[in-house]
Amino acid sequence: MTMLNKWAVSLAALCTSSAAFAGTSAVADEFKWMTFAVFGTIIAITMAITFWAARSTHSTSEFYAAGRSVSGIQNGWAIAGDYLSAASFLGIAGLISLYGYDGFMYSVGWLVAYITVLLVIAEPCRNIGKYTMGDILAFRNDPKKTKVVAALSTITVSTFYLTAQMVGGGVLIKTLIGIDYEVSVIGVGVLMLAYVVFGGMKATTWVQITKAVLLVIASLILVFLVWSPYGFSLPAYLQAVIGDDKVVAQVAKLLGDAATGMTKEELGQRFLEPGLFLKNPIDQISLGLALVLGTAGMPHILMRFFTVPTAQAARVSVIWAMGIIGGFYVLTLFLGTGAAMLVGSAKIASIDAGGNMAGPLLAQYLGGGENSLLGNFFLAFVAAVAFATIVAVVAGLVLAAASAMAHDIYVGVIRGDKATPKEQVVAARLSSVIVGIIAIIVGILAKGQNVAHLVALAFAVAASSNLPAVFLTLYWKKCNTTGIILGMVVGSLTAIGLVMISPNMTYPKAVIAGAKKVIEGEPAQAAKDAVPAKVASSFTCELFAMEGCVASAPAKAASPEKPAKPAAAEKLAKLNEKIQPLQDSLATLTEDPVALKKAQDDLVKVKKDIAATEKAKAKAEDDLKKFEGQTTSIMGLEKPYFLLKNPGLLSIPLGFLLVILGSLFTRDKRSEELWDELYVRQNTGINAEQASAH
Amino acid sequence: MSNQNINWAAIDANPKFQALHRKKTVFLWSLMIFSTVYYFLLPIGAAYFQDLFKIKVWGVVNFGLLFALSEFVVAWVIAFMYSKKANTEFDAMAQEIINETQGA
Repeated sequence: MTMLNKWAVSLAALCTSSAAFAGTSAVADEFKWMTFAVFGTIIAITMAITFWAARSTHSTSEFYAAGRSVSGIQNGWAIAGDYLSAASFLGIAGLISLYGYDGFMYSVGWLVAYITVLLVIAEPCRNIGKYTMGDILAFRNDPKKTKVVAALSTITVSTFYLTAQMVGGGVLIKTLIGIDYEVSVIGVGVLMLAYVVFGGMKATTWVQITKAVLLVIASLILVFLVWSPYGFSLPAYLQAVIGDDKVVAQVAKLLGDAATGMTKEELGQRFLEPGLFLKNPIDQISLGLALVLGTAGMPHILMRFFTVPTAQAARVSVIWAMGIIGGFYVLTLFLGTGAAMLVGSAKIASIDAGGNMAGPLLAQYLGGGENSLLGNFFLAFVAAVAFATIVAVVAGLVLAAASAMAHDIYVGVIRGDKATPKEQVVAARLSSVIVGIIAIIVGILAKGQNVAHLVALAFAVAASSNLPAVFLTLYWKKCNTTGIILGMVVGSLTAIGLVMISPNMTYPKAVIAGAKKVIEGEPAQAAKDAVPAKVASSFTCELFAMEGCVASAPAKAASPEKPAKPAAAEKLAKLNEKIQPLQDSLATLTEDPVALKKAQDDLVKVKKDIAATEKAKAKAEDDLKKFEGQTTSIMGLEKPYFLLKNPGLLSIPLGFLLVILGSLFTRDKRSEELWDELYVRQNTGINAEQASAH
Repeated sequence: MSNQNINWAAIDANPKFQALHRKKTVFLWSLMIFSTVYYFLLPIGAAYFQDLFKIKVWGVVNFGLLFALSEFVVAWVIAFMYSKKANTEFDAMAQEIINETQGA
């Protein structure tokens, strides 16, 4: 009965305001109650987990490592829950929905990264480490010095990643259900703190497992619904995707002038071919390196291996994680292409330009559309999974940063490992609260900031600083304290420095020019001749915008004459003029259902155009105000000096090189003496930290 | 915890440990190098061998898409190979060394 009522209400709402949807959030107001109910259920489940976990979280080993009693399979799910952040879960499906092949190609590196984790990191770290990355490095290097550097690096990486998650999460929740950004950030922060402070690693682990299971179930259902009409045939399904007019239109839009003369089939097929999104292969290789080596240096991932009882269980957990993560990315191929075909990229991008809403909107469509109860239930469910995702990932990161602060810095360095067990647990809980509060404050301060570079930065620092240090400590006899410190400091500073002068930053000149184009319109352009591809004058010119360099550029097809684009105000006036005649025609066309339908559709389209133009105009005005009088980025540059988005290609080899040089030019008795013990222990597991009896 | 005075250098010099070390090094490095090369073939192929990637192999499914999917399969196969080798060989060899140490 209520269902029918809701149907009636939603139909009435449709008649009055079809364009209301495009306004604030993805969930229409009349379905918010359901979203909150699903959110409430998931929060209640995680709170029950925390309550249960808190009863067995007393010692440091229980707080940081869940008593080392998590099984391999459980840990595999938890790693997947920790790793599949909103960026990969919503972001990759979004990239596929907008750019096809390139989006899918982008997902591959995120799985391949686990081969490094499996082969060289997981088991030795379990055998050597205790709670933190600092423990591994301090095993044979000077404990105090390496712990300080390791903790600083851990806190840096975690904070970058954390800020990106908090800001992304706040925006996501606002887009999905319209809760204020600040309220979302505080909500995420408080919940996450509850899990971490009371339930420690055990609660965090089970929240991550819950989230991973929910995510996989949701994705399987959606893929089943998308794929089953085609009898689970891959070619038949993709044939339907690329034959869809919305997909063809999106490809034509992406190709611009190059699309002229291409047939509909060619345009559709282009969606399954590389090059619509990722243009610079060197940048991709740089990102690939950062992913493949950075994941193995992520403190929150490393920390997960201390929660299992043995190295064998660590092995099992990576295998399971690879199965779940890889399987999930294969599913995103269907989620992304399904969203492109059924929802359409225009609608996806109208709610979020990055495509993050592809998955949720697909769910809504498959459930029956934006005005159906089931459709909104699906949307609410996916939104709640997204929310659980943010909370679970953030909890893992806070735990990693807090352990570096409490275990490495406070207990290891300040107290010289002489703190009582009780003091250690208090320090751990206190550090979690401090890190959590900092995360909330930074999240609120960073509202509206461009945080995309922070994820790239976190991976780049992990790959350039943490990985070389951990890897060479474990596998290279001559590695020592000086090498570790030199490599970590220079590796991370190089990565950060290069990102600061890279295209990731905001360059006011370009923003102002773009905003002026919207507000003032563009003049007509004469036809242009084709331009052949340019090759960079040297490899350094591919990386840096130095004087006298010719940057490489792809070939450009000849473009026809383009008419002038009107200024936003002019465009709005013209669109508004169209409304009155259309509305008048609605009254006269009541006799002719076909014409009436067309007039109604036209009206909806004009209203949508007006909303989009107003949004673009408001954003442009906002940008102009925000960057008024500025010509340079915060680094004082007018345009990027370093041309890659990811610094890994330079900073990772540099990190390795400096660990090696630093070690070769100095001697460290302790590092040499403990090599035999470290090497035997990491291979055999003799004297490894035992699981606590519970 | 029970064995405080282990002669680590002696274990390191033990031929059995040396054999484990050699086997592991060769096996792990060959998998690591193969997987890294195979992974980077994807962005390189997508950028420089587009004509190859565009060849339709299975209906509309082209070589590039199959190659990207094969990356997943290769990753899983490597994980499976390593886990099989470690479960059957490496663990047994390590256990022998542990037994010898604790028996002595």
